[in-house]
Amino acid sequence: MSDFFIILIQAIVSGLLMGGIYALAAVGLTLIFGVMKIINFAHGSFMMLGMYTSYWLFVWFGLHPYYSLVISFIVLFILGGLIQRFLISRIEHTEAQNVLLLTLGLSLALDNLVAFLWTADYRTIKPTTFSGTAFIGEIMVSVPKLMAFVLSLLLTVGLYLFLKKTDTGKSIRAIADDIEGSHSVGINIRRISLICFGIGSGVIGVAGSMITPFFPVSPSVGSVFVMTAFIVVVLGGLGSFWGALLGGLVIGLAESIEATYHPGAMQQFVTYIIFILTLLFRPTGFFGGKSA
Amino acid sequence: MRNVLTLNHRILAKIVAFFLLVVFLVLPVANPVYLHILIMALLYAYLGSCWNILSGYTGQFSFGHTLFFGVGAYVSTILFVKLGISPWLGMWLGALLSMVISLFIGFLCFRYGLKGPFFALATLAFAEMFRIGANNLDITNKASGILIPMTGTSITTFQFHEKGVYYGIIIVFNVIIILITFFIQRSRLGDYFEAIREDEEAAQSLGIDTFKYKLVALAISAFLTALGGTFYAQYSLYLDPHICFGVGNSIEILIRPILGGIGTILGPVIGALCLAPVSEFAREVLRGWSGAYLIIFGVILVVAILFLPDGIVGFVKKHFFQIKMEGEGR
Amino acid sequence: MALLEVTNVKKSFKGLTVFKDLSLNVNKGEIVGLIGPNGAGKTTLFNLITGFHKPDQGSITFEGQAITGLQPHLICKKGIVRTFQIVKPFPKLTIFKNIRIGAYKLVTDKKIAEQKANEVIRALDFEGEKHMLPSQLTIGGLKKLEFARALATYPRLLLMDETMAGLNPTEQDAMIDMIKKINYAGITIFIIEHHMKVIMSLSHRVIVLNDERKIAEGTPQEVSRNEEVLKAYLGDSRAC
Ligand SMILES: Nc1ncnc2c1ncn2[C@@H]1O[C@H](COP(=O)(O)OP(=O)(O)OP(=O)(O)O)[C@@H](O)[C@H]1O
Ligand SMILES: [Mg+2]
Repeated sequence: MSDFFIILIQAIVSGLLMGGIYALAAVGLTLIFGVMKIINFAHGSFMMLGMYTSYWLFVWFGLHPYYSLVISFIVLFILGGLIQRFLISRIEHTEAQNVLLLTLGLSLALDNLVAFLWTADYRTIKPTTFSGTAFIGEIMVSVPKLMAFVLSLLLTVGLYLFLKKTDTGKSIRAIADDIEGSHSVGINIRRISLICFGIGSGVIGVAGSMITPFFPVSPSVGSVFVMTAFIVVVLGGLGSFWGALLGGLVIGLAESIEATYHPGAMQQFVTYIIFILTLLFRPTGFFGGKSA
Repeated sequence: MRNVLTLNHRILAKIVAFFLLVVFLVLPVANPVYLHILIMALLYAYLGSCWNILSGYTGQFSFGHTLFFGVGAYVSTILFVKLGISPWLGMWLGALLSMVISLFIGFLCFRYGLKGPFFALATLAFAEMFRIGANNLDITNKASGILIPMTGTSITTFQFHEKGVYYGIIIVFNVIIILITFFIQRSRLGDYFEAIREDEEAAQSLGIDTFKYKLVALAISAFLTALGGTFYAQYSLYLDPHICFGVGNSIEILIRPILGGIGTILGPVIGALCLAPVSEFAREVLRGWSGAYLIIFGVILVVAILFLPDGIVGFVKKHFFQIKMEGEGR
Repeated sequence: MALLEVTNVKKSFKGLTVFKDLSLNVNKGEIVGLIGPNGAGKTTLFNLITGFHKPDQGSITFEGQAITGLQPHLICKKGIVRTFQIVKPFPKLTIFKNIRIGAYKLVTDKKIAEQKANEVIRALDFEGEKHMLPSQLTIGGLKKLEFARALATYPRLLLMDETMAGLNPTEQDAMIDMIKKINYAGITIFIIEHHMKVIMSLSHRVIVLNDERKIAEGTPQEVSRNEEVLKAYLGDSRAC
């Protein structure tokens, strides 16, 4: 195989793997948006908390992040539920940007509180299992990234099935489609909103755990992901899981190809250009129904 | 009842006047540290007022306002450092460029009807693009930023050894922006802005070209914000992409008007004056660690959104004067 | 030439056809009533005329000029203004300011705009509420505000979408008188209303929409005897 193809395929593989991680970061956000029509700016901070959960559990007890992701889910589910119940639900019916501002304030407080508690240092862990790099021919594949990628697929399918098959899931979809109608059928909107926000938060906690083996933990790590996650969600169509997955892959690919052929720090620039083009020419995204 | 109320008014007015006298005249003379704090508070009061025209009056929330601040700062600085053009001139060129950029962004966003959180995040994305750009371009000296050489006190170079001069200049900036806001609020333009904020469809049905007037609000706001950027550059004599285009500065710009009361003339100034002692206190108490005040900022933002929907101005009006939020600016 | 001419208009929303081929006229000086069961497309017709929606096909002219697909504010500038069935006040502005914003359509001077707003307020007997906020009004008051704001633009054609719903009988009578007065002063009126009493006592002519089309047109008496109209309304209790 010529070098050209190896480099190209390597870029595509790395891009897809990174894209899976972006998708992972975005599914929770899109679930929350789809149902509650709110944008959670603290989403990245939740991911950061998931990462720290797994980090400390590894450092203290040697627990592998693939186990501690269950704990991350529970911690973030509870935190998200509390925030929804006591903060967001109070302002849900005011101007839409208020939730954005409130969650912005939350993320500011959380990020800096964590920096205060555990310093702003970058921390890494090196689990011995599921680590290292595998070679497929001449193509390198990072094992933990591959795991994260697979999990992101599983999670998307899982959430999809959850929404399709379970009663709670059906209620969530009913609310997503039409709040007033579902109220009259006797769905407890408050409870469902809480569960939905909890699940969305829990999922991002899991995403955090999944990337801990290969991504340095720091208090500001959330801000790296929050804008990308949001862009992925917009790209895929707000509220759509398959869209989030596809959007994640597209962004991952674009960044990877940009980084391969134009080394430098401009990859994110490409992400933003894609974002703005999407907003302008296809504001409903790939899978979006009605325009926002 | 009436008497009590007027009496209250008078006493309150005296207390406020005394307080302002102490804050603005006695403190800065007494200690240069206070002078610096006041200059920064007033700079952000000014920037908050600029933001307020677009976001408070017209209802288009910008999360990326630092973009216009940064363009103003970089343009005047680059012109000064590379070509020796006086910042007093560069300031207007920066403002013009900022306005042109804002019109481009506004044209793109408003044409597709981006609203509320979507417009907010789009502006944030544009600011991030500028940050990444400034981090990678030679003309902005990449991530190292630009140090403006101090050439000694001179009016033409907008550099003064005496901080008091900067203090005077930023007070003038504030007086001007307050007057501008006042005249906008009293004019037809202000009515149009508020109509757009309150209900865009109703505004259209009454013959208001909402697309055009949103652009007008954005352009005015971006132009004036850029002037503040130049002031900052000349005051601090150092710029970098993070300071100028980072999310943090966008938050700094919007938090004061939100705390003080958006869509009011004095809200941004009041918010800035209230926030200054709080954040300074946090900086003092949690010395040596710079993020402390950001926790406070975050909490203040949450509290303001939950409990002060009309800001401090609205709260005071409602609870101390029994005045409804409206009724002013008739 | 009629004041407003709607010709062969087709409109559908994602598979749901509202009109297949609708044509109708409103003449200068008339009061035309528009009735039809829920979902017949009355509001949609107003949205098409005022530019909030664009017709898929067909044309709309006003005073002989094509206005099809123009933006709402331009249509307002031409002299057509509408009220909203679901009221859209400016919530944080006083009643006076709400109305003043309407008055700015014709004048740029603030003093004159305030004069015009005050005229409307006086004419509608709105003085008591002048400095209130919309949230302090009853639904009847909010409907009146819609009407007042539209009137302040001094339109040549006024489209009223269920302005009487929520008003008590006294208020309704006052509103009917008011509409007659402004019509006498030269404003043409196209009015959607479910109350037959209102339609009967106001309209010079009535147009009935149903089943994606216009099913009848004529004087109130003619329309109320029309077989198809009676059939369309059977079971629609609101129409009685
Ligand atoms: N923006 C829209 N998107 C999709 N469907 C719409 C839209 N606006 C109206 N419709 C549909 O078009 C049909 C006509 O609605 P319209 O509001 O014009 O009826 P109407 O005659 O005013 O009824 P009502 O008496 O209840 O006010 C309805 O089936 C409605 O659901
Ligand atoms: Mg209707």
